[in-house]
Amino acid sequence: MAEKMQLNEVEVWDGNMAAAQALRQAQIDVVAAYPITPSTPIVQNYSKFLADGYVDGEFIMVESEHGAMSGCVGAAAAGGRVATATSSQGFALMIEVLYQASGMRLPIVLTVVNRALAAPLNVNGDHSDMYLGRDAGWINLCSYNPQEAYDMTLMAFKIGEDLNVRLPVMVHQDGFLCSHTAQNVRPLQDEEAYGFIGEYKPVNSMLDVANPVTHGVQTEEDWHFEHKARQHNDLMNSVSTIKKVFAEFEKLTGRKYDLLHKYKMDDAEVAIVALGTTVESAEIAADRMREKGVKAGVLGIRVLRPFPFKEIQEALKNVKAIAAMDRSAPGGTFGMLFNEIGAAMLQSGKTPVLLNYIYGLGGRDTTIAHLTDIYEQLDRCAKSGKSEYPLQQFIGLRGPKLSFY
Amino acid sequence: MTKKIRNLKEFSTSNDRYEGANLMCPGCSHNIIVREVLNATDNPVLIATATGCLEVCTAVYPYTSWDVSWIHIGFENASTAIASAQVMYEVLKRKGRLPESTMRAIEEGREPKFVAFGGDGATYDIGFQWLSGCFERGHDFMYVCLDNEVYANTGGQRSSSTPIGASTTTSPAGNVSYGEKMMKKSMVEIMADHGAPYVAQVAPNKWKDLVKKIQKGFETKGPVYINAMSACTTEWKHAPENTIDVSELGVESCVWPLYEIINERDEHGIIYSTKLNITYRPKNKIPVEEYLAAQPRFKHLFKPENRHIIDLWQKMVDIRWENLQKREEAGV
Repeated sequence: MAEKMQLNEVEVWDGNMAAAQALRQAQIDVVAAYPITPSTPIVQNYSKFLADGYVDGEFIMVESEHGAMSGCVGAAAAGGRVATATSSQGFALMIEVLYQASGMRLPIVLTVVNRALAAPLNVNGDHSDMYLGRDAGWINLCSYNPQEAYDMTLMAFKIGEDLNVRLPVMVHQDGFLCSHTAQNVRPLQDEEAYGFIGEYKPVNSMLDVANPVTHGVQTEEDWHFEHKARQHNDLMNSVSTIKKVFAEFEKLTGRKYDLLHKYKMDDAEVAIVALGTTVESAEIAADRMREKGVKAGVLGIRVLRPFPFKEIQEALKNVKAIAAMDRSAPGGTFGMLFNEIGAAMLQSGKTPVLLNYIYGLGGRDTTIAHLTDIYEQLDRCAKSGKSEYPLQQFIGLRGPKLSFY
Repeated sequence: MTKKIRNLKEFSTSNDRYEGANLMCPGCSHNIIVREVLNATDNPVLIATATGCLEVCTAVYPYTSWDVSWIHIGFENASTAIASAQVMYEVLKRKGRLPESTMRAIEEGREPKFVAFGGDGATYDIGFQWLSGCFERGHDFMYVCLDNEVYANTGGQRSSSTPIGASTTTSPAGNVSYGEKMMKKSMVEIMADHGAPYVAQVAPNKWKDLVKKIQKGFETKGPVYINAMSACTTEWKHAPENTIDVSELGVESCVWPLYEIINERDEHGIIYSTKLNITYRPKNKIPVEEYLAAQPRFKHLFKPENRHIIDLWQKMVDIRWENLQKREEAGV
């Protein structure tokens, strides 16, 4: 049994330490990992916990991120709790196996410290990796600060391992902005965390030698569709488990989470919809706009997959102008959030002005001034009732303004 | 506890953990080798299979040919999958969380064995990094390469195991080409140089030799590499009923020498001694030509303009055979 770590009521942790502490408290049986900036400290912290006896599992320091996720799949199929961490190129290298993990219904937890994808090579934060993995069949939880990185990582195990779910879970946090920024974090004590997550109950363990199982079969057109449909169905229905776990966590800690993070949305007429640390910056910008009499709100997506379609429709039903903020190179079209928010609004029958802002690529700073500028634009659109600006604009880009449509 | 084996008849029916009714080609060596490996032990065996013929033909939902726990992830990572399952086994054993059936097997002295199967594409090429990583880290498992010297599953393209002169779909023989231009990669030596405690080359026709090596491998702590000649009726283009005969020609001509390399090492990987044993010595080493002539993939080499490739083959095999004998004699 691992040594318990006595934690203070409030610890000063960056996002990486917060995630690493959650992994330690999850009593993981096998971690297979390969380091990559900016998630490297998760792996390093975990190694130190292991060296000091605070972890009772095994740590396989593999030769690549593809090997890391391959190891996670093999170990998870053998019937124990498994997790790893990665970013950017490492995430891209894992991508093949991310689909294998969800297709085989293995509740692996992956903490993703979001970072740009090369080329050009860049170690800083944006959401290119998150967007790359959005169709991999994983539950995607988003955290905006170290406290949330800790909370979401603990809850990820309980959600993914639920017998009605049995799917892998990614927990996202912004590279450097969250991963390397120390803040106050209120942790659970080890016993509380163990009690919350609970014992791992294996399903179809390869190690039950009296009951052999076959993982990762071949299917063609005769069965593949049914397998993927079932997987999709269970991913869509995981919402009820996510809500249940959020509620249990609130009971334990008083910290309330929902599929969406809403800030001053009750009477909002203009809203920024975003992911990551930008959500908190947008809250400050919204406060400033409120002082000027603009009814500004912020909608953070907490659960990116399964996508909270109905809840988004509900949250935005009275909003007149919306900014969908995409922190990923759009690759020849609109950003993912723009497209998905747009689809939700179209089906809701409401026709607010919807603009797409591409921002913060490769770690480019996004300031409160940028965000208040966006609110100003939204306000003008809300007042006139029509789009006064190009549909897609690049924010904070050096040189001439860049916009499309 | 090593399984006692008396004769072929008894051996062939000694367990039934791999179903013969599958989609493999008639006469495929893969089936023979897999049965021989599984029959070499009565211990529980857990298997990972790389993408390839063996995988796509034996676990087509809703059927499976495997009465042992089996996993397939991708083309390249069977080694990492099974090595990590073995790590999970150690952790759950330590934590007292193994399933009851597995605990019982251990009490009876039948510890589970962990085996990965990959073709030469999965082993020599795409999966080499994963295999190398697993061997460097010293995982306790056996990797069996079913070496048919070609990407058979995708329709017969060359791999880095394809020998010189072989005609494949991506190294076809033609008016101005004799086929594959490069010699085969020396996988056995490469894996031995990883410091693996046990590395061996086997052929399914020499079943006693094969089983002895598999049993030795199962008794070895740490990574074990087995390179198995796997004659391919489809791509070597011989008749299904000739599989064992072709294999026999490979062994008797020393194209496919049967030997083992034992690295005596400690748990940190320090190697104290390396020993190479030739485990089968043909009484009369036959000319390579006979091996080549039995396989239409080499048919074009018998044209006058390509005869020099047959000579090259003979030279290569002779040098290698001599080298192996020198190493055996010198004990290195």
